[in-house]
Amino acid sequence: MANMKMEKNPMPEQEPLVRNKNFDEVALGYTPEMAIDEAKRCLNCHNMPCRTGCPVSVRIPEFIAKVAEGDFDAAYEIVTSTNSLPAVCGRVCPQEKQCESKCVRGIKGEPVGIGRLERFVADYHMSKEDKEPVKVPESNGHRVAIIGSGPASLTCAGDLRKMGYDVTIFEAFHKAGGVLVYGIPEFRLPKDKVVAVEVENLKAMGVKIVTDAVIGKAITIDELLDDEKFEAVFIGSGAGLPQFLHIPGENLLGVYSANELLTRVNLMKAYRDDYDTPIKRFNRVAVVGAGNVAMDASRVAKRLGAEHVYITYRRGRDELPARKEEVEHAEAEGIEFNLLNNPVAIIGDENGHVKGIELVKQELGEPDEKGRRRPVPVEGSNWVLDVDTVIIAIGTSPNPLIRSTTKGLTVTKKGGIEADEGGRTAREGVFAGGDAVTGSATVILAMGAGKTGAKSIDEYIRSKNA
Amino acid sequence: MFKVVTKRFLNEAKTICLFEIEAPLVAKHAQAGQFVIFRLDEQGERTPVSVAGYDREKGTVTVMVQAAGRTTKMLHTVEEGDYITDFVGPLGKATEMEGLKKVCVVGGGVGCAIAYPIAKEMHARGIDVTFIAGFRSADIVILKDELKAVSDKLIMCTDDGTYGEKGFTTQYLKQEIDANIAENRPQFDRVIAIGPDIMMKFLADVTRPYGIKTIISLDPIMVDGTGMCGGCRVIVGGETKFACVDGPDFDAHEVDFDSLIKRAAFYKDEQDEAAKHICNMTGGKRNG
Repeated sequence: MANMKMEKNPMPEQEPLVRNKNFDEVALGYTPEMAIDEAKRCLNCHNMPCRTGCPVSVRIPEFIAKVAEGDFDAAYEIVTSTNSLPAVCGRVCPQEKQCESKCVRGIKGEPVGIGRLERFVADYHMSKEDKEPVKVPESNGHRVAIIGSGPASLTCAGDLRKMGYDVTIFEAFHKAGGVLVYGIPEFRLPKDKVVAVEVENLKAMGVKIVTDAVIGKAITIDELLDDEKFEAVFIGSGAGLPQFLHIPGENLLGVYSANELLTRVNLMKAYRDDYDTPIKRFNRVAVVGAGNVAMDASRVAKRLGAEHVYITYRRGRDELPARKEEVEHAEAEGIEFNLLNNPVAIIGDENGHVKGIELVKQELGEPDEKGRRRPVPVEGSNWVLDVDTVIIAIGTSPNPLIRSTTKGLTVTKKGGIEADEGGRTAREGVFAGGDAVTGSATVILAMGAGKTGAKSIDEYIRSKNA
Repeated sequence: MFKVVTKRFLNEAKTICLFEIEAPLVAKHAQAGQFVIFRLDEQGERTPVSVAGYDREKGTVTVMVQAAGRTTKMLHTVEEGDYITDFVGPLGKATEMEGLKKVCVVGGGVGCAIAYPIAKEMHARGIDVTFIAGFRSADIVILKDELKAVSDKLIMCTDDGTYGEKGFTTQYLKQEIDANIAENRPQFDRVIAIGPDIMMKFLADVTRPYGIKTIISLDPIMVDGTGMCGGCRVIVGGETKFACVDGPDFDAHEVDFDSLIKRAAFYKDEQDEAAKHICNMTGGKRNG
């Protein structure tokens, strides 16, 4: 008999005013009892609407049925048959827009906590001591190079390795994981406990990872194909280029891109005393933008000791692009929201340090092409918010390094590499997916693109060798 | 992990040290004017340093590093045969030298280490090279023989006159430019200036009235070196550029030096504090 409770089992969390002073994970995860109870809310719909909402087609009702039975190992097998990074997805996927948005239980009440269950299953497996060793698929002798090691690349690498390909990942940073290590903070996605474990899994499967390798500088894609004899290349280099506002004062001291702040803290661990990378102490911080990255940056700033952290956003609450859960977490931790305010200048003191940000109030006008109401400035409503630091979190675009050093690629207006629905670029043997193609999007969409890319690469190499 | 195959101090005062690092992937395409980023160990910071030389056959890259902050002081304790965790590059654009005939390369202090491979490459391409090398005093002078070998004319000077000529690079640059005019010799078609920001600012002032295109190499604060963080923003000709991917070379007459100098000092307090915490017992080795 299904559990007919209207609400999800709540996620145990660190108390907001405790967690906003540490970098430990906020959400603590379900206990086995909670997971079984939550799993019993699933109606096991025959047509599996939830599965259609998942970019990597996780067999959701099947794994949840196993959780309900208490057979967590079987549940893990089912999840990982289509999703190679469940501990990551369970934590950072926008389930409310994907699987859970299709859940029948969500029509009246809350949907099943699919993401929380996925995380539970993955964490259960990771914490097991007597895990079976990872199977190493036999090599088919065909070599594939993968550029970048974020979610698209890791997924593509895992899928290709499972098919028997000899896969080498090239990563520009000193650590594999891409945005999972430099972008998403520790308190949302633990680096050692989750990301490193997933990367080690791939290595155990036989995926080679070369760090400190900047493709386009140290070696080009043309050389990988022509000299190094890779048969295909997958570009999953993400969207690493920070966008700035192009307003006066943006080069003052104390203005950071969210990328810089997050990389210093997440990848370089500037928040820890035993690491050398410096970070400035700040007290009053304005974060410009209101997406997930803005929420991450504001919560990082708070944890680094800022007394006031303000999200400044030109639209209203209903238009906030961040996940609802992230907004709620940020608010609970004391992040202050300055909605309907658009920055027009950053103001500096005589030493060139930030001392304020000039904002102009906005009203919402007619909806734009995406249906979001367009902000209209209120004339004469300019005011100055006193801050010592400004963090720009208005999005990122694909890094031009690959496209400018690879022959035969075409690019979109926004600088993404052009690829068809199968991830095939204009150049034979070169495939691409994730943010490198679309511009900044989500982890799970990138993973979906990695999966598609792997499938296309397999078809391509087979047809060439047929 | 990257092996240190050669280590050698370049001056009496042991302020600048040469490291030859085994890094075939970097050596393959490294060119004069580019830089690398190294990291000593897991807790280390990412630190940019210019390419001072490379050996494509051996697969090694040479850097010459001045002990300034915590990381560079700790690097100086690394010995031949030791390994450093990361060494990534080549990053940035190579110095442009297409079509040049007569160049004056000016180096100040450790800037000579960066200017040296540029002069060497130009010399090899048959470009007439005048090299002006300035140092504070004799005990920190580096690369005496090497600079001589790659320049058609070499002027070495020290602020206190303890080695070579007495005085600053600015006055010798002006002297050479004026001499070209007075003696009716071809003028420099390019000046390359590398050294402290303040020196480059004054060198730019020297060449501006003569209209000689002057290129400087910048090493601002950066994290990734691939255009990701935007920490290395510099204002050039009124536009914001990223030194790591758009540079490190820029037109000295277009660079906003005041903002550059302020930015470079942004982490000074943190760096000074960090430098105080170098272990005296191990002489700077973290886990020694």
